Amino acid sequence: MIDLIDTYWLYFLVGQYPHGPLGGLALTLILAVLGLLFAFPLGLVFGIARVSPWRCVRWPVSALIQVVRGTPLLMVIFWAYFFLPSLTGQNTDQFWTMLTALVVFDAAYLAEIIRAGIQGIGKGQTESARSLGFSYLDAMRLVILPQVVRNMLPSLVNQFVATIKETSLGYIIGLTEVSFIATQINTQVLTKPAEVYLLLGLTYFILCFGLSRFAFWLERHHQQRTLAKAHA
Amino acid sequence: MTPLFDLDLLLTGTYHDWLVAGLITSLSLTGISLALALPLAILIALIRLSPVKVLQWSGFAFVEAIRNVPLLAHMLFWYFGAPELLPTALREWLYARNIEATSAIIALTLYTAAYMSEDVRSGIRSIPGQQFEAARALGFSFVASMRLVVLPQALRVTIPPLISQTLNLWKDTSIATVIGVAELMYQAAKVESASFRSFEAFAFASACYLGMSLLITGAAGWYQGRFPVRAA
Amino acid sequence: MIKIERVNKWYGSYHALVDITEDVAKGEVVVVCGPSGSGKSTLIRTLNRLEPIQSGRIVVDGVDAYGRHVKLNAFRSRIGFVFQQFNLFPHISVLENCTLAPTRLRGLKPSEARDEALTLLDRVGLAAKARAYPGELSGGQQQRVAIARALAMRPPLMLFDEPTSALDPEMVGEVLLVMRDLARDGMTMVCVTHEMGFARDVADRVLFMDQGKVLERAVPSEFFARPEHPRLRQFLSDIRTPFLQAA
Ligand SMILES: Nc1ncnc2c1ncn2[C@@H]1O[C@H](COP(=O)(O)OP(=O)(O)O)[C@@H](O)[C@H]1O
Ligand SMILES: [Mg+2]
Repeated sequence: MIDLIDTYWLYFLVGQYPHGPLGGLALTLILAVLGLLFAFPLGLVFGIARVSPWRCVRWPVSALIQVVRGTPLLMVIFWAYFFLPSLTGQNTDQFWTMLTALVVFDAAYLAEIIRAGIQGIGKGQTESARSLGFSYLDAMRLVILPQVVRNMLPSLVNQFVATIKETSLGYIIGLTEVSFIATQINTQVLTKPAEVYLLLGLTYFILCFGLSRFAFWLERHHQQRTLAKAHA
Repeated sequence: MTPLFDLDLLLTGTYHDWLVAGLITSLSLTGISLALALPLAILIALIRLSPVKVLQWSGFAFVEAIRNVPLLAHMLFWYFGAPELLPTALREWLYARNIEATSAIIALTLYTAAYMSEDVRSGIRSIPGQQFEAARALGFSFVASMRLVVLPQALRVTIPPLISQTLNLWKDTSIATVIGVAELMYQAAKVESASFRSFEAFAFASACYLGMSLLITGAAGWYQGRFPVRAA
Repeated sequence: MIKIERVNKWYGSYHALVDITEDVAKGEVVVVCGPSGSGKSTLIRTLNRLEPIQSGRIVVDGVDAYGRHVKLNAFRSRIGFVFQQFNLFPHISVLENCTLAPTRLRGLKPSEARDEALTLLDRVGLAAKARAYPGELSGGQQQRVAIARALAMRPPLMLFDEPTSALDPEMVGEVLLVMRDLARDGMTMVCVTHEMGFARDVADRVLFMDQGKVLERAVPSEFFARPEHPRLRQFLSDIRTPFLQAA
């Protein structure tokens, strides 16, 4: 196992970079970060639309979210892979294909987190903001959303973990993220598949477990702070 | 001249047969994995709730080790890695049979069980400790108290999240494509490459995934309406 | 200041407000009381259109509240509303709670809004807490901030929906004191409250509601000394023996 790591660690971490495109664990992380970063504003808009008092906004967005949540990510990736080029009129490489699929998929899940967050803020907050004369959108922007975003920090970290795991599906369209690289290493070594894939699993585990513990800590910390304030 | 959307291709002929076979495989994967995962999940939940520290800890380690690694990496490990660890005779025996489906089912079962065990555990914990104490005070053993008093109550809290895990399982079967299980996604890709009718093939697969997802979501809604959680 | 004409409201098939007609003059203080579920909150919430009505007319400060062309947000910004549950914004400081609406809706400069807010906070006795967050205050303090926040919009009219009901008994006094102070300064006020001492000393008129109807209206001395409606007599004797009610 040691010589495996010794020979392939750099390939595992960054792919062929700098002699070729960036790949490996670095690509996995970049995809996850960008995916969540772009998905967040979209999820915010969708989440607000989900609780909108106007049906013509609420219904189409709810339907879209239902469809995405009822579809496997792999399916979304396939659609992006086969139809993004005809939509944009140019060849889309694997990176952008995967990023697009991730953003659409994550936005639907974030929207549900945000919807739950908005509904978790008591009705009294909206009512008192409206009573002061704020419009619906101002009440959302100035009073409700700042609270929602603060409360959802742990959920965001958990969604980041989910996104890291989701990037592994880039494998199927030949994206050189870390699972794909592991398979490349496996075909080169040929004799140690169990070790290669255990190392892959271990890598994901360290990353994701660390982050989920962080989310757990955030949640506890947040709860304690709210409790302390309530008792003050 | 070929039509814009060739419905006939989906309704009759070889391609139709391929796709339907894929759908049946996906449903079987879901059914078998669910049947195996449920008892395993309950077992893990009980282990995590047992008074023995070592058991608690190993349950925790199992759940976290599985949840923090993408399903794709699990599949790759069970398909490429694990057989190598087996004695040669057993391995040959396995390879002569359906090793793809077997690895997929193992991965899906473990992955689903890890998530489900968390739902079962929080379901059990939602039942106040006095219920358990009251049962013990009447003379029931630990196991009998769980089986007769705590579990029936916990079921109502637990079934809805378990149904939503089943939805995840259904969508996750698509990942078995990666190791060559001839399920729905795999067959859709096969039809695509044989006929170049990518739109029809993926539309069929998407419709199947979505339809089944809606059924499962509907079941969750029905259950919550039929068996609301009652407080004493 | 307020004209309520034949207002009816239903929640589904439940008739929550039955043919209400009332007037409140400028500078008048009106207390509304009545048993729980009688429609007091519903009534006061229709005055700034937090609840829709099905028929009738409400005119506040010359504006037809349910008129088709009313600018709802501007209309509401001229009516102070104080809730039972305070509803301060927990993510910003006490001072920011009081400057948020004035800077955004009255177009005040931050420094002006700050000075005004500090004056108001001083008036409710909480200038020292300007930098604190709502979660760090007691219930009575929070409610006083909520009053200051509403006053910061300089409304000619204040509505109170059971402002002291969610408070521990020892904090009721400090909030009532602020309200008395407002009344003395000539503010037009409609207060839903069960504080009969406040009603007796401060109100110009007391209304008694039951089952969506206003059953009795009188100046406080009449209201308490010669209650006419049997249900009002029952109600008054109930709240004078609170432990019976609690049992
Ligand atoms: N949103 C609502 N939907 C249905 N019924 C309601 C709603 N709000 C209040 N009600 C009903 O209307 C009646 C009056 O309520 P409310 O005005 O809150 O009473 P009060 O403030 O006098 O205690 C009650 O019977 C209550 O159950
Ligand atoms: Mg009320």
